[in-house]
Amino acid sequence: MSADQFVQYLVSGVTQGSVYALVALGFTIIYAVTKIINFAQGEFVMLGGMLSFTLAHSAGISLVPALILSVLGTAAIGAVLYLLAIRTARKASVVSLIIITIGAAIFIRGIAAQLWGVEAVRPPFFTGDEPLPFLGALIRPQALWIIGTSLVATAVLHSFLSYTMMGKALKASAISHVAAAMVGIDTRLTSLAAFVIAAALGGLGGAVMSPLTLTSYNVGVMLGLKGFVAASIGGFKSPLASVVGGITLGIVESLAVGVDWGPFTSAYKDAIAIILLLLILLLRSGTLAAEERAG
Amino acid sequence: MLRRAKGKWTYFLVAALLLFSILIPFDWFLGRYTSLVILIGISTMVTVGLCLLMGYTGQVSLGQAAFYGTGAYISAILSKTYGVNPWLAMLIAAAATGAFAYVIGYPTFRLRGNYLAMATLGLGVIMWILFRQLSQYTGGPDGMAGIPYLSVGGFTFNTPFRRYFLVWFFCLLVLLVSQNIVRSRVGRALRAIHGSEAAAESIGVNVTQFKVKIFVLSAVYASLAGSLFAHHLRHVSPQSFDFLASVKLVVMAVIGGLASVWGAVFGAATTRILSDELLLRFGELDVIVYGLILMLVMVFMPEGLFVKLKDVVAHWRLRYEQRGTKS
Repeated sequence: MSADQFVQYLVSGVTQGSVYALVALGFTIIYAVTKIINFAQGEFVMLGGMLSFTLAHSAGISLVPALILSVLGTAAIGAVLYLLAIRTARKASVVSLIIITIGAAIFIRGIAAQLWGVEAVRPPFFTGDEPLPFLGALIRPQALWIIGTSLVATAVLHSFLSYTMMGKALKASAISHVAAAMVGIDTRLTSLAAFVIAAALGGLGGAVMSPLTLTSYNVGVMLGLKGFVAASIGGFKSPLASVVGGITLGIVESLAVGVDWGPFTSAYKDAIAIILLLLILLLRSGTLAAEERAG
Repeated sequence: MLRRAKGKWTYFLVAALLLFSILIPFDWFLGRYTSLVILIGISTMVTVGLCLLMGYTGQVSLGQAAFYGTGAYISAILSKTYGVNPWLAMLIAAAATGAFAYVIGYPTFRLRGNYLAMATLGLGVIMWILFRQLSQYTGGPDGMAGIPYLSVGGFTFNTPFRRYFLVWFFCLLVLLVSQNIVRSRVGRALRAIHGSEAAAESIGVNVTQFKVKIFVLSAVYASLAGSLFAHHLRHVSPQSFDFLASVKLVVMAVIGGLASVWGAVFGAATTRILSDELLLRFGELDVIVYGLILMLVMVFMPEGLFVKLKDVVAHWRLRYEQRGTKS
């Protein structure tokens, strides 16, 4: 692998990793506030891409309103998911909640297949597709949009959590629902907010990603899985850790595809994230178990 | 009172089963549904394992189709490509799958809930990739055809009618073994774990070990079912073992009820009839129905549809009998 090639793989890794980061942020914020792993997180990304395709391509709405509407639409679906399925089953066991969110995931996927068909779709590029030179490699404009969006979203989320009343309420709920309720925080509202934010982040990721990678009704599972791995690398702790996790995973995947593995072709790219997940579980199972018991 | 009601219920069930089994030897009775009933039996075997896993360990596997597929592919490859005796192949497949589940299960079962679910989901995806990519062994995305039938002595299970008996023999065996496990010392330990892990541990139950055992058992069931599937259809391909296949198995277990051995038959039958008969014409629509079932059952009757129905029936019977004694 030459230096130029290395930079090229690095660029595509960071691009893909930025999307994983947005999914991981969604996982982390829902898990922190509600202790639920939302298995439908990847479907939000799919929905964001699909909605932006319908709005920007089929309906011909211009870029910015289409983007905003896609994110709002996905956020609304996140709210509906929480209000209809999660809140009604609030006292449910971990297994029940996993199954509910899995049910929601394949439900959304089935509806998407009906609405948009089973072919992959591509929303229009934000600013054309003329590759720009970068350190001897080429970078596509949409990749810059993806990386930039994910950085801005992380910064916005971080300041929201640190400097606004609602953000601080979310942080308090993440520490303890009982203590948060004692100081007058409506924990049902903060849980709803967590789902809405996670859905919006996923939708945003889908909307900026899809012009480059295309989207179809069934991309949710893999994206959810990758986002979960990214969040696990970050330890489900802070937004920043999730972003680092996402970009790390993106780079590892991209470089692993670049290396010549002989019989192991790039078809195994998806397996890398899963092997990483199993490794994390093996190495950290002791600490994770202790954390879950404490939590 | 409840016990008497339960007794009558059992007599009714036994009578219905007897009637059913008298009719079964006639080929016309099942007719074109023979294949459906065979597949219900195969699905039941996988579902029983999943029901035990969910009910007694409080965990769910989202990649059970991986074990099912491993069984099917090991059987297919050994018996077709290498000419190994199909029964021996089935045994090797079950042992290999069980060992595989043990290796995966041991580290992950120290965690509760979410990590195991995600790890099994990932495992399902990896196995699916392997089934597609190792094409020199598995035939790639097209799968492999011409898998030999099972046979005993000179008797080959080469008609659906014969395989019906073969599959349901194994299925009943699995159901009885599971029933015995639930009622044995192991079952009591598992129920203690279900009640309170800390309490169970304090009276000397090795919680992790029991959970892993159930996980391995469920994998072995799935592998056996996979082997039977391969020798029944004589064709295996990766799409039978993808993520949705795993979700469908969870749907079966959810309908059947957690920790319910016989509910698995009900869950497998309902889901199979739904997907193979009623919703077959509607393409991807079945996925929407599965999603709804999963959400509705878990929100409103987390103990499972079958268990809930059983409770409702028992409740009505009780009220009916009480009214009888009062007047």
